[in-house]
Order: sequence, then C-alpha cells, then structure tokens
Amino acid sequence: MLSYAIRRLLGAIPTLFFIITAAFFMMRLAPGGPFDQERALEATVMANLNATFGLDEPLWKQYVIYLGNLVRGDMGPSFVYRDLKVHQILAIGLPVSIKLGGMALALAMLVGSALGSIAALRQNSAVDYGVIAVATFGITIPNFVVAPVLLLVFALYFDIFPAGGLNGWQSYVLPVIALSLPQIAVVARLIRGAMIEALRSDHVRTARAYGLPTRMIVIKHALRAACLPAISYMGPAAAALLTGSIVVEQIFGIPGIGRYFVQGALNRDYTLVMGTVIVVALFVVIFNLIVDLLYALLDPRVRYD
Amino acid sequence: MESKVTQPVLEIDDIRVTFDTADGPVNAVRGVSMHVMAGETVAVVGESGSGKSQIMMAAMGLLAGNGRAEGAVRYRGTDLLTLAPRALNDLRGAKITMIFQEPMTSLDPLYRIGDQLIEPLRVHGGLSVKAAMARALELLKLVQIPNPEAKLRAYPHEMSGGQRQRVMIAMALANDPDLLIADEPTTALDVTIQAEILELLAELQARLGMSILFITHDLTIVEAFADRVYVMRKGLLEEEGPTEAIFGNPQTDYTRMLLAAEPDGTKAPVAEGAPVLLQGDDVRVTFGTPAGLFSKDTTLTAVDGISLALHKGQTIGVVGESGSGKSTLGRALLQLLPSEGRIVYQGDRIDGLDRAGMRKYRDELQMVFQDPYGSLSPRMTVGEIVAEGLSVHEPNLTRDLRNAKVSQALKDVGLEESFRNRFPHEFSGGQRQRIAIARAVILRPDVIVLDEPTSALDRSVQKQVIELLRRIQVEYGLSYIFISHDLAVVRALSDYVMVMKEGVVVEEGPTAQIFDTPATAYTRDLMRAAFDLKSLLLEKAG
Repeated sequence: MLSYAIRRLLGAIPTLFFIITAAFFMMRLAPGGPFDQERALEATVMANLNATFGLDEPLWKQYVIYLGNLVRGDMGPSFVYRDLKVHQILAIGLPVSIKLGGMALALAMLVGSALGSIAALRQNSAVDYGVIAVATFGITIPNFVVAPVLLLVFALYFDIFPAGGLNGWQSYVLPVIALSLPQIAVVARLIRGAMIEALRSDHVRTARAYGLPTRMIVIKHALRAACLPAISYMGPAAAALLTGSIVVEQIFGIPGIGRYFVQGALNRDYTLVMGTVIVVALFVVIFNLIVDLLYALLDPRVRYD
Repeated sequence: MESKVTQPVLEIDDIRVTFDTADGPVNAVRGVSMHVMAGETVAVVGESGSGKSQIMMAAMGLLAGNGRAEGAVRYRGTDLLTLAPRALNDLRGAKITMIFQEPMTSLDPLYRIGDQLIEPLRVHGGLSVKAAMARALELLKLVQIPNPEAKLRAYPHEMSGGQRQRVMIAMALANDPDLLIADEPTTALDVTIQAEILELLAELQARLGMSILFITHDLTIVEAFADRVYVMRKGLLEEEGPTEAIFGNPQTDYTRMLLAAEPDGTKAPVAEGAPVLLQGDDVRVTFGTPAGLFSKDTTLTAVDGISLALHKGQTIGVVGESGSGKSTLGRALLQLLPSEGRIVYQGDRIDGLDRAGMRKYRDELQMVFQDPYGSLSPRMTVGEIVAEGLSVHEPNLTRDLRNAKVSQALKDVGLEESFRNRFPHEFSGGQRQRIAIARAVILRPDVIVLDEPTSALDRSVQKQVIELLRRIQVEYGLSYIFISHDLAVVRALSDYVMVMKEGVVVEEGPTAQIFDTPATAYTRDLMRAAFDLKSLLLEKAG
C-alpha cells in the first residue's frame, strides 16, 4: 500500500511539471502585463519595474529561473501585493480555503449519504421523490444565487449568522452550506442509485435469508458497497470545492485563496496565478490518491500491493 | 428417527405468488401445495419461469418488492407468510436456511469469509466473536474446504465458485437447521465440482439429519439425489411422486419431455481430405504483466501451446472446466485477443493482424457468446442487431436487399420476420440465442466459434438450439468450434473433441473415441461426473 502511494506520488511529478509549464506560457500569452494601468506608465518607470521583477529577460530564461526558485520552495514575489511573496499569500489564504472546503466536503458526504440512503430505502415513495426534487434543485441552482439568498434570509432578515468575515464558527455556517449544497445533491443521487442496486444484490438477499436485522443489513452490507461511487466522486468534488469557493468566498468576504485566483488573473499577477494553479493541481493529485486508497480500504478486490 | 418422519417440517398450502408489473399482475405461482418430511430430500423440478424458485422466495420472505404471496407456508405448524418480520428473522438462518444458485455473488465481496460466517451464529446463537469464529472454523472443516484457517481470513473473490458454495453450505449448517433449501446450488458450477457439492450435501444430510428441499432444472441430479419429486410448469404442479415413480413411469407429457430433453444424436466425421479452413499452431495467450521495477509478476498463461486444424464442415468440441482456457482459445483463434503462435485462415496468416487488418476476415469468422442476455444491445431492435454486420461488410447493399437478408436470417434460425422491430428484452433466453446466431449466419461465415451457446438455457430449449445449429451447419456448410463444459451437448454436436485443462490439451480425438474410451483420468472424471452421477453419489453414501 505504501509503495503504491509513493509510486503514485512519483508518477504525479511529470503531470505537475506539465501543468506548471503550460500555465506559465499560457499566462504570458494573455495580452497585457502586471504593470499595465489605464494610463500607461512612463517608459523608463516601466523598464525599471520589469528589470526589478526580471521580466526583461527572455521568456525561456524567466521560465528556468521560476522553476529553479520553485524547487527551493520560492514562488516569487507577487506583482500586485508587492510586500508579500506568493507562498506567503498562499500560507495565509490556503488554510482558510481548505478548512471551508473540507467542512463542505464532510457535510456533503454525511448529509448526501443519509439522504440518498433514506431515499433508496423508501424507493418510489413521497420521501424518495422529495429527496430527488431537492437534489435536482441543489444541482441546478448555482451557488452565486444560493449564497446571497442565504445571506439575505439568515444574516440580514433573521440575523442568526454573521453576513461576512471570519469571526468564530458562526461565520462558517452559511458559506459551508452554500458551498456544499450542490455536492450534497450529487452525493445523494449517487448514493441513492448505488444503494438501490446494493439492496437488490444477491449478497443482501443472502443476509436477509439468514435473518440478520435490517439495521445490520443496511449499514454493514448495503451502505458500504453503496459508498464506493460516492468515494470515487470525492476527488472531483474536492477540486470543485476548492475552485468553486471563489464565488462563495467573495460573497461572504472570506480571505481564502479564491479571491487571489480571480484578482491574480485579472491583474496578470503571473506568479500569484502560477502559485494558485500549482496548489490546486497538487490538491487534485493528492485527493485522487486519497480517494484511491480509501476505495481500496473499502473494497478488498482493488487492493494495491 | 421413526417418530420424526411422521411430521412434516414444511407444509406449503395452495401458495400463489403474484407480481405487480407495468403490464398488470403476473401470476408466477398459481396455487401449489407440497410438503417436506423430516430428514427427507424433496426436489422441485421445472424449467425457468415455472415459479419453482418464487415459492421458496415467498416462503422465506424474500420476494421482490412488487411481489406478494397468498396461501400458507407452515414450518412445524407456524405460518411463515403471516409471521411478524422479527419472528420470521428468528427462523430464517437458524431453523430454515438457504443456499443459492449464484456462488459468485451470494457472499458479500467486501467482507472476509469468517466475518460473514459468524453473523448468523452471533445473531441467532448469541455467540461471542471468539466462540463464533471457532465454530466457523469447525464449519469450514465440516464442508471440507482446504486450508480452513486461511479461508476464514480470505475474501470471496479469492476463492473458486465451488469453494464459495461450500462456504454457503457451511453458513446454512451453522445453526443446525431443520430444513435446508437449495436453489439450483450447482447450476453455476462445473460438473466435477457439482458432483463434489452434491456428495457433500448427501453426506452431511446423512450425518446431521436435516431435510433438504432441492430446486433444480436438471433432472439428472434429481434422480441421484431426491426421495420425492415435484414437477412444476408455468406456476402449477404438473406431477409429484417418489423419484423412482417419476423416472420409471412419468404420468404427464411434460415430465416425459423433460426426461427426454437430454441432447441426443451424434455428428458424422467429415470426409477424409476435407480442406482445412482454420489452423492454429502452438497458440499461446498470456495475460498480465511481467515483474517491473515496482510490481510483481502477474503473468498467467491461459492458453499454453495449442494446435488444431478445423476442416470444412467439421465441428471441433472444446471441453474443459472453467478456467481451463477454452474460451480464451476461441477468442484467440478469431484474434479477439492478442496471441502468440501461427493462426492461418485459408492460407492467410491472421495472427498479429490489427483490427483493420482483421476486418476483411471478420465476416467469414463469426462468434456466438454464452450470455444471451448480455451480448445483445438492449437499445437496438432485433432487425438492427442482425443487420449490423452487413453495414460493415456489405455497406453498399440496398435497403430492400438488406431487409430481405435480415428476414432470411431470422427465418434460418426459426424466428418470425415480424420480430425484427422488437427489442431483445421481449424475448426468452432461447430466442435471444437464436437472434445471436442469426447475427452470425447473416454474413454467411465459413467458421463460427460458439462459446457455451447453450449453457444458460433450459434442457428442452437447448435441444432446439442444438437442432438449429445442426440444420444451418448442413444448409450453409459451416464449420464450428464448439466450446462448452457440457459434455452431453458436445457429444451431440461435435465430431472431434479436445479436452482442455489449465491451458493445455490433455486429450483429443474423434468424439466416439473420447467418450467411449477416454485415455486420461481427467477425462474419465469429467465423464463420470456428467453421466454417472447416481453411482458416484451412491458410492459415496454407501
């Protein structure tokens, strides 16, 4: 198992290298630069700035320098937040985003599994149709609609939760809900389908034929198998939560990395964008590995030696 | 023992099972009564769709959600149909236990054998984990599983079908049941394994004294195994009586038909000097990857140097147990799998050809698969399925000509032309296999590889498919490679037989020679398990 994990991580290095390279050059292909303003700067000022940040070097040299710095853990200075290096910015924003995304993911898995299981056990009943309707609603309504509505109702109208900022656990409630709603919907649908199949499977029939209590059949024999597709979905879900948090972080005024992603891109803050791309790519790689290991843990048929 | 025999363990009284479907209620069982005495072995025989399994499902409270049962099923006087779920759960798995047809899927793939075996012991017997594990080990020894300590920790996928069925039997015996319901327990197994499982059941019954209710479509098992027989047909009881009476003096045409459904006839060998159509020299197929930097060697040689020559008009029967490599050989000969060794079709070497290269031979080399349910696309009409090959191999055909060919192909396999607009799910297994054969013959191939084409079918339907294969072979001068584990079918269809085991041919020769004077012990075991089950079981019991 450990050697498998190490192999997978080593195998991810070329992938990451490719992503970094592609992002680096694509970013430079975009018109404009980090120091362009509405009124153009004086040519000498511009030249000085470019020289300070090494932008006067040929592109390939910039690339080599960037890679060299990266290997040493230096993501370079931000062009916009000039007091900070990119890895320092990420060190501030990333924990917040991970916390937010992690909570949303956990909530989505828990609530989604519960809803999906209940719907499957009551297949074709009013409860089932209710869950499907809510799930469809959750998938179709984008979170830039859900988030303001939540804000309006629970922060402004009822004043239960703060409207923005990060002060205590209360301020996480609304953003986590807004972020997890679509994922809850997807997980509920996945679990429902897999659970219906699992309940019809031969080994569940065996368990029933042997007089095992329903609770044991559902939780031990059906749910474990039904979890597998939802586990597979956790990889893409984690990536979606990290990148999808941009909108939610903006609306609730949370200092995660989402805002840097947007601002960095708009300002042609090359190093900042590169930094966020690398972080997201790493995140996806690691999460896919976690998902595969988790899958193997649950399903002995796919264990890796 | 004597006093026990007078009282029925199970009494089924006028049971009716109905399923509510979109097309209205379906009456699967329409009033059937039967009983099982203590220590007795009773067989319920019938073809698929006769409702024999549904009676047991109803009795055990396992009907699908849209099914309901009326009548009464009394276990020692208690009606199971009206019993509260909790009370029913006290009986299921303790006093009445069940083993199923599908050993591959009846155990939970996610848990170790030991963990699954102790569940009924803990639930019904209230045993501690430790005590239950000790009992589970005893049970595995009882069902004669090799290396039982290790098997407790094994997962189902690490065991063979026969071993899994032994685990199911162990589970069934865990709480000393009064009645064991066995629903086609050996249908999915090889004949030799089937014989072993039946031997085991007979032996355990003699030792433990429980009653066995045996559901099967296979009369040969019944004769060797049961005291009394119920014959079912279309949800009704057709005939019942002691086994000797049913076999010696059947009262109904249906029972007589079932008894006569064993495939018969033989095929004359092809004339000396018939041209060789398809030839394989030293064919090998290997799966897996050799050891790498981080990985173990996972190579497995499925076919290990087999040579054969298929003459025009010939049928080569390839027999062997599951895992012997016979299907792999068939696929390799048609280059559906990469292989080593020479494969020559009518003078052209076809081994190593890629998909495009093989395309011009595909209309001459066709294949029919075992699973008549999985091998037809459920979203295409029968007409589209049968015509699909034409669109590849004869793309310039006019629509009228194509339709005419489809009609002819359907007629060739004994189906009505009007079926062309219907979908596969509307047909029975036998009809679907006819559709699959029509799809192959429409291209007028030289060679058809038939991979267990009759294995999923009832004996009576099997017989029809065999007749069909014979007829079109003569009509269109086809040559077959007929792959099957079913020796009776192979004997009826082939003129040359190859017996495979673990990737190699252990014996080959003209059919009569292989069947009458088998040279190897392996072939003799196969023959005995297939044709002489009764004496095999008697020998074990006596």
